[in-house]
Amino acid sequence: MTPLLKVEGLGKFYGRHLGCADISFTLWPGEVMGIVGESGSGKSTLLNCLAGHMPPDTGRVMFDTRDQGLRDTLEMSEPERRWLARTDWAFVHQNPRDGLRMNVSAGGNVGDRLMAVGARHYGDIRRQASDWLGRVEIDAGRIDERPRAFSGGMQQRLQIARNLVTGPRLVFMDEPTGGLDVSVQARLLDLLRGLVRHFGLSAVIVTHDLAVVRLLADRLMVMKDGHVVEEGLTDQVLDDPQDAYTQLLVSSVLQV
Amino acid sequence: MSISCKMKGGGMIEISGVGKRFVLHNQGGVVLPVMEGAALSVRPGECVALVGASGAGKSTLMRMIWGNYRCDQGSIRVAGVELCGAEPRDVIALRRNRLGYVSQFLRVIPRVPTLRVVAEPLRAQGLAEADALARARALLARLNIPQRLWSLSPTTFSGGEQQRVNIARGFILDWPVMLLDEPTASLDSANRAVVLDLIAEAKARGAAILGIFHDADARAAVCDREVDVTGFTPARDLSA
Repeated sequence: MTPLLKVEGLGKFYGRHLGCADISFTLWPGEVMGIVGESGSGKSTLLNCLAGHMPPDTGRVMFDTRDQGLRDTLEMSEPERRWLARTDWAFVHQNPRDGLRMNVSAGGNVGDRLMAVGARHYGDIRRQASDWLGRVEIDAGRIDERPRAFSGGMQQRLQIARNLVTGPRLVFMDEPTGGLDVSVQARLLDLLRGLVRHFGLSAVIVTHDLAVVRLLADRLMVMKDGHVVEEGLTDQVLDDPQDAYTQLLVSSVLQV
Repeated sequence: MSISCKMKGGGMIEISGVGKRFVLHNQGGVVLPVMEGAALSVRPGECVALVGASGAGKSTLMRMIWGNYRCDQGSIRVAGVELCGAEPRDVIALRRNRLGYVSQFLRVIPRVPTLRVVAEPLRAQGLAEADALARARALLARLNIPQRLWSLSPTTFSGGEQQRVNIARGFILDWPVMLLDEPTASLDSANRAVVLDLIAEAKARGAAILGIFHDADARAAVCDREVDVTGFTPARDLSA
């Protein structure tokens, strides 16, 4: 089997300040990897470098492209990378406002991404948009409303629909359940897990919430001060942490 | 897929020379050796009980076989897959297809209905939703979970009900290898009998089962032999 994503020696500096360094891992098709760490640990920097939002200073990010196999995405031309971001990749932001067009209808937000990959038939686009609103449990009757009329949880589900409508193979998520009420979080987690399994998606999820990764991620990477301090099977890292920092992180979680 | 040819010694679970210690970095770097020279084998169709006093390492060994505790030393082979030093994806595949686990406590996404919690392992193997739900219904009925509870999340259920949901989820698939951690604890006698029947049926179809049973009668009813983990406990050097 070919890995979907292969990262080698990735590093990013902000001037003399370290963002992240020496990051290497292989993600296989269908795997969900969580990245945890406290604020400033470099996890968001890493995610943004992986997703091509920010150029890293060192390393390679190889992706299994449909037509040419593993290719270094950092050596692709800008149009190629943008095409990848609209087709095989998706990015779910913590704040849905960063991932949605707030002055465009819900249906338009989903259809927008279809049109970006060449869909032109209005009826088809609207039908697919409506279908996806249903999948993320948004009433199809609200297809013409703008996202600002939606609750935070609905906005986040709309962002997910917009991202998944083009059938991506790899989804990057930055704190997808952050900023939501816990009751809404549970529903979103259930939805995400169902979608990931149904479509056989691979995902890289950045979060500081260990309960979220336990429920969503197969594998876990723990970051501190820009470096990976521990990685492995999610429940092994959480139940039998080896590194001093991971032990501190796990033992610091409040029990309800 | 034939895997029997790959098995050394004919066991679906083959453990030898297994050792483990915990290093508590945030508590002065205390090193706790918890296991040494653990060895056992479970053949298809056999149910083996882990016995030993509380704290002797029964659950630790069980978790090392499930893979959420790391194996520091030796070899743990489950259905032909070596778990010591295994890549996450090998363990994930093993858990999806061959290794079932009934843990002591139910851990689920809040607000997901019981029926879907129980059907989950079948769905993960790609079975159609309607078929998976039908099998979940049958098993929940057999375990005497009232139908009115099926559409509710098990997080609010009583201890015994949660345990039965956990058992239903564990037995919904015909796993070749099963780990059972106190499957009959907190059950009344009628439900205990159902669980013992499920275990006997799993054995009859050839499952290799390793369990912890504090209930001596349950142990006598389904287990073929016992392995005392006290022999795997390292001598504690209290001066260290």
